[in-house]
Order: sequence, then C-alpha cells, then structure tokens
Amino acid sequence: MHPFRFILPLLCLFPVSVQALDEGQPAATKSARLKTEVVRHYAALAGATCRDALQAAEALQSAIDAFLDAPSDATLSKARAAWLDARKPYLHSEAFRFYEGPIDQLEGRINGWPVDENYIDYVEGDAHAGIINHPELYPELSKETIADLNEKDGEKSISTGYHAIEFLLWGQDLDPKGPGKRSFQDYLTGPGATAPHPERRREYLRLITGMLVEDLKTVENQWADHRPDNYRAWFEASATHQSLRKILHGIAALGGTELAGERLTVAYETKEQEDEHSCFSDNTCTDVVEDALGIRNAYTGDYTCLDGTRLQGPGIADLLKETDPALADELGKQIDASVENARSIPSPFDQAFLGADTAPGRIAIHRTIRSLQSQTETMAKVASLLGVRDETQ
Amino acid sequence: MAVCLVLALTGKMSASPAGGATTVEDVSRDAFTKPLANLEGERRSAFFVGNSFFNQNWVAAPASTTARDGLGPLFNTRSCSTCHFKDGRGASPEEGRPFTTALLRISIPGSDPHGGPLPDPIYGGQIQGQALPGVPAEAEVKVSYETISGTYSDGEAYTLRKPVYRMEHPGYGAPSPRLLMSARVAPAMIGLGLLEAVPEKALLDRVDPDDRDHDGISGRVNRVWDVGAKAMAVGRFGWKSEQPSISQQVAAAFQGDMSLTTALFPDENFTPGQEPCASLPNGGSPEVGGKVFDSVVYYSRTLAVPAARGSGDAEVRRGREVFNELRCAACHVPELTTGEWREFPELSGQTIHPYTDLLLHDLGEELDDGRPVFDASGREWRTPPLWGLGLVPKVNGHNTLLHDGRARGVAEAILWHGGEAGPSRDQFRSLPKADREALVRFIESL
Repeated sequence: MHPFRFILPLLCLFPVSVQALDEGQPAATKSARLKTEVVRHYAALAGATCRDALQAAEALQSAIDAFLDAPSDATLSKARAAWLDARKPYLHSEAFRFYEGPIDQLEGRINGWPVDENYIDYVEGDAHAGIINHPELYPELSKETIADLNEKDGEKSISTGYHAIEFLLWGQDLDPKGPGKRSFQDYLTGPGATAPHPERRREYLRLITGMLVEDLKTVENQWADHRPDNYRAWFEASATHQSLRKILHGIAALGGTELAGERLTVAYETKEQEDEHSCFSDNTCTDVVEDALGIRNAYTGDYTCLDGTRLQGPGIADLLKETDPALADELGKQIDASVENARSIPSPFDQAFLGADTAPGRIAIHRTIRSLQSQTETMAKVASLLGVRDETQ
Repeated sequence: MAVCLVLALTGKMSASPAGGATTVEDVSRDAFTKPLANLEGERRSAFFVGNSFFNQNWVAAPASTTARDGLGPLFNTRSCSTCHFKDGRGASPEEGRPFTTALLRISIPGSDPHGGPLPDPIYGGQIQGQALPGVPAEAEVKVSYETISGTYSDGEAYTLRKPVYRMEHPGYGAPSPRLLMSARVAPAMIGLGLLEAVPEKALLDRVDPDDRDHDGISGRVNRVWDVGAKAMAVGRFGWKSEQPSISQQVAAAFQGDMSLTTALFPDENFTPGQEPCASLPNGGSPEVGGKVFDSVVYYSRTLAVPAARGSGDAEVRRGREVFNELRCAACHVPELTTGEWREFPELSGQTIHPYTDLLLHDLGEELDDGRPVFDASGREWRTPPLWGLGLVPKVNGHNTLLHDGRARGVAEAILWHGGEAGPSRDQFRSLPKADREALVRFIESL
C-alpha cells in the first residue's frame, strides 16, 4: 500500500487557507499569526532535517558501495564512519514522529530495533543463523523479500534499516570496551573469506542500504517545500491547533515514552546489551544526545543544517513566552538539562548501565530518564495552556 | 503530579472514553502498545521493562543469555509479540498455509479431574507446530474453508467461510481418533487489567442461566480451575473464559505456546508419549523466573485502551441506535465499572466501555466447536470486548474476527452469531444496507 494514500481524502477535509485564521479580533490576530508561523517554521525544520538525513544516508550508501567494491579495513572503517554520521540527522528527525506523519509510516523499516541479530546473519555459537545463511529458505534476496521479512515473527525480527546495516558493518559486540569487530573478510568471496555466503551478505547489505535511502527519500518528499500534494502542504494548511498539537505530542512522546521509556529504562532495568539502542556500534550514548537535541530544535525553532546553514524562527518556546514566560523558561531549562544529562552518560552505554545503582553510569542514565520525564510533564501543562486539546477524532 | 500526558496532549476525551482515565488517544499502528494514560513515574517505567520481555525472542537452552533461554522443545512461537503483534490480534491462517498467529487446541471426550478438557494422551492440549532440532514437531495444522452463501433481505448476497482443520505429518504417531479440535487466534492485549478489575459481583449479577427475565439471553460464568489457589474460580479470560486471572493466562501461554516453565506451571509441555523431548536440556526451573514473569503480567495488566473515534459522526450515531435496537448490548454491555484494587489505583473505580459482559453465551450450532472447556459447551463463547476492534486493520494488517478468525470483518462476524444471538443476527440481515453499514461503522469506532 502506498503509505500516503490517506493524505488526499484528508486534504479535502481541510481546504481552509491559513489566512482565514487571521480574520479574528485584532488582539487574537497577532497570536493566531504567531501560531501559524510556528507551524510553518516547524515544517521548514522538518524539511531541512529530513533532507539532511537523506543526504547523510546517500553518503552512507556511497561508502558502502566503495566498501563492497574493495573490502578492506580502510573501506570498512569509512563505511562505519558514514553510518555514525548518518545517524545524527536521522535522530534529530525523530522529533517529527509520533503523530502518523511521514516518518511514522516507514519507521519500522527505517529504525526498527532491537535487532535479533541471528535473524539476519551468523552469531557466536551459530555459524549458519539468519536469512543470509539460509538460501534454501530465501533463495532470492530482493527488496521485496527482505521487506516482507521485517517484523514477520515478532517485533524483534528486524531485517531492514539502520540497525540491520549496523549489525552487518560491526557484527555482534562481544567486547566490553568497544564495539563489534566484524572483519571486512566476511565480505570476501575468494581467498581470505571468513564466513559462509559472502555473496548473499554483500547483496543483503547493498539491498537494505538502498531501501533505507529510498525510504528516507519518501519521507523527505513528504516534508519538502512547495509540493502541493504532500504531507507538509497538508500540515501547514490544517487548523493550527491541530498541527500544534502534533508538534507537542511528537516531542513529548519522543522524550517521555520512547527515549525515557523504551530506550533508557528498559536497558537500565535489564542491564542487557540487547536492549541498548545501537548495540553493535556502541553509538547509543550519541543516539540519546541527538534525540534530546532534536527535541530542543523543535522547541526553540533553531537548527543548523549539515551544510552549516542555520534555520532560525519561531518555535513552541516563542509561542509559550507570549502566554507564560516563566513556564517557557522552565521548559527550556528542562530540555537543556536533558541534553546535558544525556551528554554525561559515559560511553559505551553497555558498560554504563552495569553495576550498583550508585555507579556513576547508572546515576547518569537515571538522571537523564528523570529529566526527560520532567520535561514531558511540563509539555503536558503546555498543551493545556495553549489549548491544543479540543479534538474530536 | 498527574501526568495524564496522552490525555492532555492528544485532546479532550470523547464523552465516553473507552477506559476511563486510563484511555489513550492513538489511532496509529502503535495504538495498542501504550501504557495506561494515568500510569506514572516508576510504574510507567516498569511497563516498558515488561514490554521488552513481551517482545524478546526466547532461545533454546543452553545459551549465553540465561535470562532468555528455555524455549521448547515443542513450541508454537518464540515470543509473545509474534502472535500478539504490537499487542494486537492474530489472524486466521490462509488456506493450506501454516498457522502463524493462531493455534489449534485439542482434547478428547471427557474431562480432567477439575472438569477441564481432557488432553490427548500423546499430543496434550494444543498442537505445537515447531520443535527444537533433534525432535519432531507435533504436526502441521492446515485449514481449508467451505463457502456458505446467503443473502440479506434486500437481496444482496454474501458468503461466509467455514474452517475445517486437519493435522498433517503427526510427529509422534496417530492422535486419538476421537480428537476434538478448535482453533484460536491470539486476542488483542488492550484493557486486560481493566477487565480483571471488574468485580466478580458485576459478572454474577448478570448471570441468568435459565433466562428468568425471558429476554432470550442467558449468560453464564465458567467455573474453572485456579491453579495457584487450588480451587474453582470464575473464569474471565480466554475465548471460553477458561482462565481466572491474567497471571494464569500468561503462565499458560508461556507453557503452552513457548514451552517455558513458570512457578505456576512447572512442567514442560510434552507428554510421556513424546519421550525424545525429555532428553533435551531445559533452561532452569522454572525457565521464566519470578521477576520476568511478574514483569510480563504487570505489562499485560497495564496496556491501555485507545479512545473511541468518530462519536460525532452521524453514521456512527445511527450505528449506535441500530446496536441498541438489535439488542447487541444485551451481551456486548457498553459500560462496566471497575472495583477498588489496592495494587492498581490506576485501574480502580474506572467507568469503562468494553462492550462485553465477560459471560458465556450460547452462539448456536453455527459456532459450535464441539469441544467443551469446563462449563462452557461447544456452543458457548465468552462475549469478547469490542473496544479497539476498528484499529485491528491498522495495527495488524488484517480484519479477521471471531475466535478462529473465520469472519472477514464485522458484518461476517455478526452473520455467524446464532443461538441466543440468532434473533439479532436475523434482524441485522433484514436491515436496510445503510443501517447495516452504520452498525459496522459504529462497532469499528469503539
């Protein structure tokens, strides 16, 4: 099914132009105009962030192509570096999730986790595990086959996306001090090959990298400017309170539910490496920081693109300042605190969560969870204050 | 501080929120995966930990991850979330294809010492279609569908499909020739804690086995065996109300579906007739320790119900009228109130709209599976809750309904109702098309 089929009928329901909202009382006009500007600027940030995520994924694809053309320690290192670079803008773009927007439509394919690695490739103790090593079950690897297998046997059966690529670049992380140590020789087909089915492994990596780029392209198209029939056009033309509600819900759900809950609390409680977000590359600490920064970008309306361009404009912070400057200040400080707390978590994350609750790593993780929860509670207050709760579905 | 985050952020509740203050407003693919809206702080964190165990794949013992081993030897699935994908509902198998999110319960005529189904001496109470390397799987279960044709009063034709099940390639010899078989799809996980919090009295008050009020509707409780209490108890979970509590339901699923032992069910799920299974290592005693088990039970109790949608829509309003006119509400009771539950203040004292009475009703020979479970005859089924039904296509990518998923959508599910529900079904068949569609719309809006 085309993921955006729902947009056209919805557009018919919301043909109202933005200007119509400004035709109220003069006192209300300024506030209405600011709200409209916040929505439009948020959409601009989403567009720029998703464009950056796409570009960084395209760079990752080039690096992986170069690696597959000539597997070596050097080309594998470059591919890994490109993966790490590609994560940052994508993580920023997660602030634009959790309201059935463009990313949500494809998120399961783009960023599914945790990955049960033996679903994809060999693991310690089972040299023949995974889709790659079972040509008799999956004779032909194709984008369609792999897409169909994603989440097929449960939510951990992930076959696509960043974390599947991560596993194929790093392998299992069996080293307490560092990330996974997969050898480039896993991708050699002749002498020196270290694992069965190198051809299939190469094809698999090539295919899922291509799928990631295509999916991010779809997302980018939906948030791109000047397209009359995309999600952004609909988002900007919708009643402002509906769009503001989405903006707040997105950053609250990312901080309070996804980040504080699923990504931090679970690993904190289970102390299991499998429960950390980027377990193969040991990039989890960066994941947390960049997500927290994404929330701040959406709140302040300030984003510096990969090419150095700085986008500045009204954010939720500016809107809130009009109504309750003290609350705006409080929330801004809480969001800053979450970023700082996230930065204080010592890497690698899979060591930080070990030990007693008094261990510095665990204290830092717990503090981050608490501050994300606090900011989310404040966002709930803000939602009430801004009156974005009068919805009928 | 009361967060009520989802409430505050996603808008005013409709006039009758499905799960009271626990309700979340979510219409996405993740609509069934959310914690109770009023679950806060550490209790909210505990939900996510339970979710991780619910999603994780169990592996064969021995393994380096000792917290996650013990799967099999005979099993249907490796994780809870395979069948309850995104905490939603399993689908009926396609013709000739293996079962993935459904399973086949079996028994032989008679009953066990507590009045429950009598297991097949070799294959037990459920067919496990997968096995660890080294032992055979029990069987491949296949379904084929017979087509039943009918027409609405206005002349519009419809077809229903009646499933016929068979076991192929039995791995341990022939099962009893008198085998009783009944398929089950995994039900959605939403709102289970609220249903557990409904006082037993609320169920008993509605019981009317001899139809003394002459409304044509009986309603019985299933008296089932409570393993922990070693006593009979009122059943309220499972398609035949065969489980008295969420904890026993969860333990039964660990044992039956994944062959993972718990304190409540310490035995592996193979029989003496499946001797090769005994030679495989297990994952400890029990395989699912108290902490993990409690965490999954907690999670199962704290999954929220999404809000009803579209109550302002004219067609939905008309559908509600039809729902009442057809007396669907006699069993699909719109409103219940939960009692006080000291450990779960979030679930206590909530006015909820599950559209069930949690009782058994005679659905006629149309749905007779010929396999009694405690007091429930083959014709009797527990009224399933209707909340969230309309989101199943979004969450799970299918719209198959009833205990075995034979119905392809709400209209077919209604058309399958017989027995006590026969008159309502007949009225449905006589409705003008617009009213039939309005009723379906209403049910899908809950």
